[in-house]
Amino acid sequence: MAAYLVRRVVGMVVLLFLLSVTVFVLFNLLPGDPARLTCGKACTPQIIEANRHRLGLDQPVLTQYTNFVKGIFFGRTFSEDSPEPIICHAPCLGYSYNRHQQVLAAIADAAPVTFWLAVGAFLIWIVVGISMGILAALNRGSWVDRTIMGISLIGYSMPSFFIGLLLIFFVIIRFNWLPFPSYVSPFDNPIQFLQTMILPWIVLAVLNAAFYMRLTRNQVLEVFGDDYIRTARAKGLPERVVVVKHALRAGLTPIVTAAGLDLAYLLGGAIISENIFNLPGLGSLAVGSVLNSDLPLITGITLVTATIIIFANLVVDLLYAVIDPRVRVG
Amino acid sequence: MVAVPSSEVAGFQGEAQAQTSGRSLRQIVWARLSRDRLAMVCMVVLVLYYLIAIVGPVVAGVFGISPYTLHSELISDLGGKPFGALGGISWAHPLGVEWGTGRDISAQLMFGLRISLVIATSATLMTVALGTVIGIVAGYSGGWTDNLIGRLMDLVLAFPFLLIVLALSGVLTDRLTSLGIPEGNVSHIVYLILVMSVFGWPYLARIVRGQVLSLREREFVEAAVAMGANKRRILFTEILPNLWAPILVYATLTLPAYIGLEAVLSFLGVGVLPPDVTFGSMLASSVSYFQVVPTYLFIPGTVLVILVVSFNLLGDALRDALDPKAVH
Repeated sequence: MAAYLVRRVVGMVVLLFLLSVTVFVLFNLLPGDPARLTCGKACTPQIIEANRHRLGLDQPVLTQYTNFVKGIFFGRTFSEDSPEPIICHAPCLGYSYNRHQQVLAAIADAAPVTFWLAVGAFLIWIVVGISMGILAALNRGSWVDRTIMGISLIGYSMPSFFIGLLLIFFVIIRFNWLPFPSYVSPFDNPIQFLQTMILPWIVLAVLNAAFYMRLTRNQVLEVFGDDYIRTARAKGLPERVVVVKHALRAGLTPIVTAAGLDLAYLLGGAIISENIFNLPGLGSLAVGSVLNSDLPLITGITLVTATIIIFANLVVDLLYAVIDPRVRVG
Repeated sequence: MVAVPSSEVAGFQGEAQAQTSGRSLRQIVWARLSRDRLAMVCMVVLVLYYLIAIVGPVVAGVFGISPYTLHSELISDLGGKPFGALGGISWAHPLGVEWGTGRDISAQLMFGLRISLVIATSATLMTVALGTVIGIVAGYSGGWTDNLIGRLMDLVLAFPFLLIVLALSGVLTDRLTSLGIPEGNVSHIVYLILVMSVFGWPYLARIVRGQVLSLREREFVEAAVAMGANKRRILFTEILPNLWAPILVYATLTLPAYIGLEAVLSFLGVGVLPPDVTFGSMLASSVSYFQVVPTYLFIPGTVLVILVVSFNLLGDALRDALDPKAVH
């Protein structure tokens, strides 16, 4: 186990290194001029040059990369030759000139919103997805099963931003059941927080909930066919015990562990949900940075989210081995 | 976005040889599919969509209908609200006209559908080609080639798909134009196709690799090796034909995912540029007006949902029809 852990962690570090190199290559090495993008309509060659210098794009790519890595471990200084240099302490992910803010600070400001969004959506999708899936499996072939599978099909076929727009149209505009969303921290105003977040949670949860309904149903049905379930029934255990203790435990383990990974990928879905409901989270930050061609911020967000995914991958693999004794690591 | 769980697609192989009743797998699958009424309806709907995308703009041109013609006579001078109910629905403009410009919605939908389908179809073909070739090579070679490809997949999968498509859009579109691809929408469309396939292939490659791992141990491969067939022949003439079932299912489920992805990107403002429109940009602009004119939301939304649902239903039906374990 220890050797496996070391190997996985080393692998993760290598992957992170490759990832950061890839991001730099994608943004800097292909022909073209990112500096030109950083400046709006009223653009002069002088402004482009100044931006190029400020962003460090006039330096060789290798220097840019080592500066970036140095910033993460030791901190760095921006606009060194100006009267007011900007000092960015380690871990420094860069400085956004568009927002006059350090990249890490911008990400830290937005992260709690995305965190709450992801947690709520995660709960909804796990609870709804798994319970509906079990219900469908236990009532296989009946109208309950068909209804649930129908809902699941609609859930994963509807583009989630369209679901979001429909919810805004009906719930907020037509029937006035909820006020227009306006984000507050749950610690400041829990009621407004819930009113704001319930629709974004649903939008973010729908796709995964729909998939998990199917996944759970198939998984449970498969386990029901296994010999040990027959044995459990044959030795006279009550059906409730057979279902809950035998079938569900074995059937749901892979689903629950896989959910950890999907939670990390939820960041992608958060972009849509945050955009539609105007939540100031990482997704909105990402879209804003792209529309403003804020290169340092795009780089920072991409690297941070990719790191989270790689880390979640590791945790999920380890958890899997812990929960399911049949899985061997090594 | 395109993460179709591998367990859903894998788990069966195109075992043409195993079916002994004298019918080929294709005949069996077609017989099963044609008995599935829902699948048939979906197929008809999809053929119609493709026909409209191909022929529609031509027919519209013959009648002098264009999505770019401004009809200032149809909208109010103040605020640009179309005259008449439901966004100015009339015989000349059966789905109404756009707020502020008076452009014909039905023409916009036809042209937008064409752009969506071009992007999603080409991106799916490229994803499938990349995923299949890389998956076969990884599965058959094993050793360090497999290892290298495995790490590459890990790397690509570590990027959040939607975020990376979004993040690269500005920089890469600019770079495509400097490589000589025409500026404007052509470079945007090429960008979307490229980035979807470059970041979409590992999902299929994983499935294909898994299948090849078991196929390469089979007798017919051994026989081919014994007869001195070269590697290319073994990979693409012997092994590939056994893989078309999972590949086909994956493709039918990827296409609607890409249609949705294109819509999302246009919705977020990084897809196709105005004056061209697609589902996403129409829905994005509907946000400002749907309180007053709900059809702006419901018409493009319904057209989009029918398209995506049809593809998904057909993909499901195809998977069932190709499943050798299924009892029919």
